[in-house]
Amino acid sequence: MSILQWMKEHYVFFDGGMGSLLQAKGLKAGELPETWNLLHPQALVDIHKSYLQAGANIITTNTFGANRLKYPRGGMWKLEEILQAAVENGMRARKEFIEERRLLAAEKEREKGYAEQDLEPYYVALDLGPTGKLLKPMGDLEFEQAVELYKEVIKIGCEAGADLILIETMSDTLEVKAAVLAAKETCSLPVFATMAFDEKGKLLTGGNVETVVALLEGLRVDALGLNCGLGPVQMKPIAKKLLEVSSLPVIVNPNAGLPRSEGSKTVYDIDSDQFAREMQEIARMGVFMVGGCCGTTPEHIEKTVSLCSGLEVKPIPKKNRTVVTSYSQAVVIGAAPVLIGERINPTGKPKLKQALKEHNLEYILKEGVAQQENGAHILDVNVGLPDIDEPSIMEEVVKELQSVLDLPLQIDTSNIEAMERALRCYNGKALVNSVNGKQEVMDAVFPLVAKYGGVAVGLCLDENGIPETARGRIQVAKKIYKTAAGYGIGPEDIIIDGLCMTVSSDSRGALTTLETLRMVRDELHGKTVLGVSNISFGLPQREIINAAFFTMALHDGLSAAIINPNNEAMMKAYYSFRALADMDPQCGDYIRIYGNVQTEPKNTVSGRKEVKVSSNTLGGKENWQGGNKKTGLFEAIVRGLKEAASLAAREQLESRDALEMIGQEMIPALDQVGKGFEAGSVFLPQLLMSAEAAKSAFEVIKEHMSRSGQVQEPKGKVILATVKGDIHDIGKNIVKVLLENYGYEVIDLGKDVPPQAVVEAAVQDHVLVVGLSALMTTTVPSMEETIQRLRKEAPWVNVMVGGAVLTQEYADTIGADRYCRDAMASVNFAEEIIGNSRKEA
Amino acid sequence: MDADRKEIFRYLGYGRAEPDEKMKDFVEDCVKELEQAVCTKYLSRTYPLKLLPDHEVDGGCFHVKSRHLSRSLKDCDQVIVFAATLGTGADHLIQRYNKIQVSRAVVLQAASAAMIEDYCNRICTSMKTALEQEKQYLRPRFSPGYGDFPLECQPNLLDALEAGKRIGIKLTDSYLMMPSKSVTAVMGISQKPGSCQVKGCEGCEATDCSYRRES
Repeated sequence: MSILQWMKEHYVFFDGGMGSLLQAKGLKAGELPETWNLLHPQALVDIHKSYLQAGANIITTNTFGANRLKYPRGGMWKLEEILQAAVENGMRARKEFIEERRLLAAEKEREKGYAEQDLEPYYVALDLGPTGKLLKPMGDLEFEQAVELYKEVIKIGCEAGADLILIETMSDTLEVKAAVLAAKETCSLPVFATMAFDEKGKLLTGGNVETVVALLEGLRVDALGLNCGLGPVQMKPIAKKLLEVSSLPVIVNPNAGLPRSEGSKTVYDIDSDQFAREMQEIARMGVFMVGGCCGTTPEHIEKTVSLCSGLEVKPIPKKNRTVVTSYSQAVVIGAAPVLIGERINPTGKPKLKQALKEHNLEYILKEGVAQQENGAHILDVNVGLPDIDEPSIMEEVVKELQSVLDLPLQIDTSNIEAMERALRCYNGKALVNSVNGKQEVMDAVFPLVAKYGGVAVGLCLDENGIPETARGRIQVAKKIYKTAAGYGIGPEDIIIDGLCMTVSSDSRGALTTLETLRMVRDELHGKTVLGVSNISFGLPQREIINAAFFTMALHDGLSAAIINPNNEAMMKAYYSFRALADMDPQCGDYIRIYGNVQTEPKNTVSGRKEVKVSSNTLGGKENWQGGNKKTGLFEAIVRGLKEAASLAAREQLESRDALEMIGQEMIPALDQVGKGFEAGSVFLPQLLMSAEAAKSAFEVIKEHMSRSGQVQEPKGKVILATVKGDIHDIGKNIVKVLLENYGYEVIDLGKDVPPQAVVEAAVQDHVLVVGLSALMTTTVPSMEETIQRLRKEAPWVNVMVGGAVLTQEYADTIGADRYCRDAMASVNFAEEIIGNSRKEA
Repeated sequence: MDADRKEIFRYLGYGRAEPDEKMKDFVEDCVKELEQAVCTKYLSRTYPLKLLPDHEVDGGCFHVKSRHLSRSLKDCDQVIVFAATLGTGADHLIQRYNKIQVSRAVVLQAASAAMIEDYCNRICTSMKTALEQEKQYLRPRFSPGYGDFPLECQPNLLDALEAGKRIGIKLTDSYLMMPSKSVTAVMGISQKPGSCQVKGCEGCEATDCSYRRES
C-alpha cells in the first residue's frame, strides 16, 4: 500500500534523530555523517531497525547533507555510492525487521491467532536537507543550481528504491521550492516537506506559517509541517496555526526539547516521557503524522507511539482560502478588499517603456516602492512591449522586485514563456494575470498554475468574445472553474474578472459588470477582481468616474481591485468604503490618515503610513530634515534635501534655463560638498544625501528638457562592478550615485560579476573607465584576474579599484591604475581620464 | 536591541568629529527601523584546547597554525566557539535601501555593524561573569580574518555549531558569511586571570585598518 493511501486512515510515525545516535556509535566531530553509510553500514541498519522496533512507519535515510556541494566530483567520496548505500541500509533494515516480525507473528499466531496483515507497512524516505548555501539574491547560489543539486540526489535515491521524498529542516522558501520542483521534475514519488520555524513562528529567512503553507500547497506537496529548531512545547502553537490554514496533512517532528550547550555537547530541556505527552497533545489537535528530530531517540518514538496510536485519524477539512504570498507576507483575498497596484505596466507610460528597454531596474523599483508606501497590497507586473525579450525581462524584473519589496506580485502577461519564467523564480505564490474561457489559453496557463502554484485571474471571455450579459459572463466563469478543477486547481485558486468595459461606449457597461460581481459572489461563492480604471476610458477627469465606480464595485462584493494607489481619489474611495462597511474599527485608519490632512499639494497621496507620502519621494524619509520648502536649489543640494531640491528645480525651470541651473547652482553645490568631504568637514551620509538631492533635481530637469526636445549628452560611460565572489555592493552603489551626479552614464554590472562579463561590457561600448570593488581579501584575486583580462582584451581601459580591504600597495600589486580610497576619489579619476580624453578629442 | 551610537558614527567616518543634530536624528530613525527588522540569535560550544608547538592550535573542532591566535589563547585549556547573527532582516533592509536610497543604506550598514558588535559584547560579558564565578577567565573574542587566523577555518567553526541549520549562518564560496551581519569567534578560557576585555576590534593585529577603533 502506498504511503499516500495508508496515511488516509492511519497514524504515521516518523523516526527520530540520527546525529546523536551516530555520535554514540563513534561519529567524531568534523566527520561527515553521510560517509557512515559506506563505512559502517551495519551501524545505520541497526539505527533504522531500532526506530522500526520503536514503532516508526517511516525511516529517513542518512543523507541530510549529501549533495554535490559537500561531495564534489573527484573528491574522496562518491556521492552516488553514499546515496545508494544510504537507501540500501534503510531497505535492508526494513527487510530484516519485517522478517523478524513475521517469525514473531508466526509464533504468536500459533499462540494467539495473529495474522500477517497485522503487520503495518513501512517506508524508506529519501532525506533532503538544505543545500548548505544561501540562494541569490541574499547569497551566491543560483536558484536553478539548487534545483539541479536536488535533482541529482533525488534521481540516485529514487533509483536505489526510496519510497518517498522528505525535504526537511528548510528555512528558506525559495530553497524548499527548488527542492520540491526538483522532486516533481525527477520522479513521481510522494513529496513531504517540513520547515524549521523559530519560537515566533518565523523562518530564518523571514517567512511564516501562512506563506509556507500557501507556497507548499501551491507546489502540490503531499504533506507539510515542522521539524527541528524547537521542542514539542514550542511547536504546539505553531502547529495549531498550521492546522488552521493547511488543507494538507500536517507533520510535526520536533527536537527532543529546547537545546542548550553543555560544553561541546547539546542537551535538551525535557525528557522522553514529557516529549511523548506533548506529542500526544499535538496529535489530539489533529496532527496525524508525528516523529522526532535532533536529540530524539527510539525511546522518544516508542513512548510517543504508545500514547498516540489509539487516537482516531480524521479527514482534514479543506480551508478554501484564497492566498497569494511573497517570501514573507501572505495576502488573503476575499476578506477585506485587496489593492493591486497597476503602475508597473508600460501601457501609456513612456518613461517606464524607456526604463524597460534600458534595463533601468531602479526606475521600476521606485514605482514599486511608491505604490507600497501608498497602500498597495499586491503589485501588478507587466513588461509587455513590442521589440523586447519579454520572458527574460519579466524574469529580471520579478527577481529584482522580490529582492527589494516584500509585497506579493501579480504576474501580468499573455506570453506563456514569460509567465512560466516568472512563476518559476518567484519566491512565493503569485497572482497570475490572466486566463480566460478560451480552451487554448486554459490549456496553456493552468498547467503552470498547477505546477508552480498561484491564484489565476479568470477573465469572463472566451472564443465567442465578451458576453454582453452578466448571465453570459457567469457561464464563462463556470467553464473556467470547471476546467481548472480538471487540472487539480480548486475554486479557491481562481478569482473572476467580470470585465470592466468603458461606460462611454456602453451606458449599461458598468451595471453589467456590477451584476457580474454580485452573481459571482452570491451564486458561485467566488472571488472577484477588476481593472477599475477601464470604466472611464474616453471620458474627461477620469478619476471622478473611477472613484465612484470603485465604491460601487466594492459595495457589490469586489474582492480585489487593480488601481493606481498613488491616486488620491481612489484611495479616498477605498478608505471611505472600509469605514462605511464596518471594515475599519472605530474608523481608525480613516481618522489616522485623513485626520490631520490640510491642503495637500497636487499629486500627493495620503498613504497608509502616518507620514504623508508623495509618489516621487520614498516613505517620507525626509521629514526628519524639516526642510523649508522654499529652500533654493544650491542650498537644498548642500543640505541634502531631496524633496526641496526637486521642488526648487521645478520652480526655477519656469524662469530659468536648465543648463544655466546645472552650471550655476547644481555643480557648484556638488563641488562644495565634495570638497568638504575631502577636507573632512562633510561626512559620507551627508555627501550621499546631497548626491540624492541633486539626482532628484536632475530628474526634474531632464524631464523638462526632453519635453522641450533638448538632450544632455552624458560625459562618458563608466563601468562599475563588484567582482566575482563578492556580494557586498554598497560601496559600488555609493560611487555610482556620485558618478551619475557628475554627468557620467554608469553601466552597473552588479555584484558577483565574472571577469569575462566586465571585459565584454568594456569591449562592447569601448568604455574608458572601469571601477572594480572588492570587500574581502578572498575576492581580491578575482579582481586581479579581471584586470589581467582587461589588459589583454581591452587595453584602452583605465581601472580604478576600491573596497574595504584594498590599499595603495594592494592596488599596485594587482596592477590597477588607481586606488580610490573613497567615492570622491573615483569621481576625480573619471574626470581626469574622461575629461582629458574629451579635451584631446 | 542596542547599538553604540559612537561606533555608528565611527563606521560612518566621523572619527572624533561631532555629528550635527539632523544627522543624529537620521541615525536614530535608521536604528529604529533596524530594530524592527533584526532577529538576533547566537550559539556557543566549549571544546578542550591543545596548544602545540609552532603556533599550532587544536581547538577540538578546528585545527590551525596561527601565531596570533595561539598568542590570544596563551595559558588557556579550553576554547569557546561562538557565532552570532542579526538574521536576514538586516540584510533585506540594507539591500532595499541600497537600491533606492543609498545614504540610508550606508547608515543602516553602520548601525547594524554596531548592533551585532554590541550583541556579541553583551553575550560575552555574561559568559565572562558566569565563568568568573567558577574562577575561570575568558579571553577576548578572536575571529577568523583577524591577523593570521585564516578565513578557511569558518566552515569548521560553523559546522561544529551547526550554525547553518540552527541560526541560518551560511558561507559563500569566498567564505563570506550570510547573513552579512554575523560574527564567528573563538575565545580562550584560562584558569589564570589575564586580559579579559570582551571587545573584538582591538584584538586584531591589523593596526593600519581604517576602521580600527581608536582607544
